[in-house]
Amino acid sequence: MGSRMRNSKAEAVSVVDGHTMIISLTGDIDHHSAKRIRGEIDSSLFTLRPKRAVMDMSEVEFMDSAGLGLILGRIACAEKIGCKLTLLSPSPQVMKILDLAGAGRLIEIRQK
Amino acid sequence: MTTNLKIETERRRSGRPPENLKNELRLELPSNSINEGIARSIVSVFVSQLDPTFEELADIKCAVSEAVTNCIVHGYRDTHGMIYITIKILDERTVRIEIRDRGCGIEDIKTAMQPLYTTDSEGERSGMGFTVMESFTDRLSVVSSPGRGTKITMIKVLGDGRRQSIK
Repeated sequence: MGSRMRNSKAEAVSVVDGHTMIISLTGDIDHHSAKRIRGEIDSSLFTLRPKRAVMDMSEVEFMDSAGLGLILGRIACAEKIGCKLTLLSPSPQVMKILDLAGAGRLIEIRQK
Repeated sequence: MTTNLKIETERRRSGRPPENLKNELRLELPSNSINEGIARSIVSVFVSQLDPTFEELADIKCAVSEAVTNCIVHGYRDTHGMIYITIKILDERTVRIEIRDRGCGIEDIKTAMQPLYTTDSEGERSGMGFTVMESFTDRLSVVSSPGRGTKITMIKVLGDGRRQSIK
């Protein structure tokens, strides 16, 4: 089993496709990276003010409860600007964290 | 192969794991948030000697990440200090992880451990750290003295059959 000794750098890249903003998250999302990621997402969200946003989780390699906080916080931000946020393809590990907080009741979760 | 067979025989005879299965790692890291990832990666490499499943290893990494983050965010708050991590292989399927700080301690452990409880007023922290540690390990103990620090001990039993496969 390969294990890297280095943290995989987390990134959030946002692109707009029609009325939908697609936020692609990659790497390790923890307390260390969440603050920067949050800033990147919010600046796109409040500038572009899309009707819909999709957070693509398929390339997230690790997430702990800081990532959960990031998602719950973004649901609140999206609501403020009348945007519907959807989560796309979280891994089984990420899904376990989401389930602990019952996040499925707060946000639509789809698989690719 | 011969060595493995010998280990098995010794274990069966004594009812206890042979000494060479026991292993221990001690680690001290300053409370910089970059060390959250470094700590969980080191623990992950060390635990890999027990050949855990991908899910078990992911659970351990997550629980360690939560405990180390707690030391940084709560224990030391706006100050800095050292985080002390000890991992012990107790037998061929049991690992004990102890994560300790010398920070401010927790006044009310019961309240702090409530799911969704957070001291964060900005609504950006989920308050699920202890819930993750509790759910992803088999035993969690929290010992804290206000003003002196907090010690979190987690035990993870691998391949115990209670594991649920996720799809």
